[in-house]
Amino acid sequence: MNMNHKRTELKVSAIRNGTVIDHIPADNTFQVLKMLNLDESSRQIYFGTNLDSKKYGKKGIIKISNKFFENEEISKIALVAPSATLIEIKDYEVTKKEKVNLPETVEKIVKCFNPKCVTNIQNIPTRFQVIEDHNGQMKLACHFCEKTMGEKLIEFL
Amino acid sequence: MSKLKGKSLVSITDYSKDDILRILDTAEEFEANQRQNILNGYVLASLFFEPSTRTRLSFESAVQYLGGSIIGFASADTSSVKKGETLKDTILTVSNYSDLIIMRNPMDGSARYASEVSPVPIINAGDGANQHPTQCLLDLYSIRKTQGTLDNIDIAMIGDLKYGRTVHSLVQALSLFGATFHFVSPDSLKMPSAVKTVVKNAGLEYHQYTELTDVIPIADILYMTRIQGERFPDPLEYEKVKNSYILENAMLDESKDNMKVLHPLPRVNEITEDVDDNPKAYYFQQAKNGVYVRQALIATILGLK
Repeated sequence: MNMNHKRTELKVSAIRNGTVIDHIPADNTFQVLKMLNLDESSRQIYFGTNLDSKKYGKKGIIKISNKFFENEEISKIALVAPSATLIEIKDYEVTKKEKVNLPETVEKIVKCFNPKCVTNIQNIPTRFQVIEDHNGQMKLACHFCEKTMGEKLIEFL
Repeated sequence: MSKLKGKSLVSITDYSKDDILRILDTAEEFEANQRQNILNGYVLASLFFEPSTRTRLSFESAVQYLGGSIIGFASADTSSVKKGETLKDTILTVSNYSDLIIMRNPMDGSARYASEVSPVPIINAGDGANQHPTQCLLDLYSIRKTQGTLDNIDIAMIGDLKYGRTVHSLVQALSLFGATFHFVSPDSLKMPSAVKTVVKNAGLEYHQYTELTDVIPIADILYMTRIQGERFPDPLEYEKVKNSYILENAMLDESKDNMKVLHPLPRVNEITEDVDDNPKAYYFQQAKNGVYVRQALIATILGLK
């Protein structure tokens, strides 16, 4: 091995078939893993966090073998990692690459943070409008109790 | 026939500027001629899952002046809720017995939910800490009546601006009319940023203060609120701020001639009793206006006005 060769980037193995979630805000990498239940998955998963990114400063990346996400899962990813890119790989080739899109409404997947909200007291499916506050930050506005919550308060059902 | 016929009123934001003005104009008609037997043969339900004597009596008075009948309960203790019935079941059952349901419920968002499951219209008489749109309409009626307009007034809101739902709704509604807002509160009870965003998005101004005396000379409306002990997780924090914003009669010397003092009531000690005799005190007439506004709302939703 040439000891003089200085590696400038972290190598994360390529996958043959599956999905790469790139450009995850570094702080949220573990949250994305957990939210998608990847911490309990038996699939091959590679991930890195606090990686240098020209655009985002620090980023996270997750590669999951033999997994292609459904719309509901993509909505979840968009909520905690709105800057993420999803790259689908088939036989080592990129077959699809797109930024996740925040949905206009989020139904049944997020819990309202307000303990007095009717959805937390009776068996009622949750519903939120995805809005931006005056600082351009994404917020979820509960359709029922009208309270808004930022990304940090999001808890998935 | 109004497009409001058959529509629930859950949140003041359900109504456009024109909808609000329509209700206020109709309320004026009822102020001029309160006893109108237009609800003869109608049955309205008044479901108060938590006690609220003032709001309940105001609604019941509105129904009686219109010649309608009212059924219901005044607290969850005497209802099927105590037996564990869901809100959905209660609403679906009661809707079989009535033309319209007036509901007060301690769960935030319960009114929106009820309006989506109910085949008859719902009027929200307060859903927890969320909305109380008829209070907002009667506040607007009182402002228009005393100022001659809702456009471009200077309104000062004082007290618990963080948890006070009446001030949140009033900011939302007045933002449609171009007001300037003066928010007076202790630091721990400041107006939430979501409400301030509404003001900003409407292209309007707000100013924040910690001293009540700063706003008295500039306000057209002084909207006082109660600082409620039950809103504080820490009782010590409540003790620190509870006496911060008390309005006394002598303080009104510097106010504008057209200025009126409003309060959603009940008051505790935030307006001293010597203010009551000042012609600028308007809070008891404000409560009276609530009956006209509720008459207007019920008549409009039932398609009778």
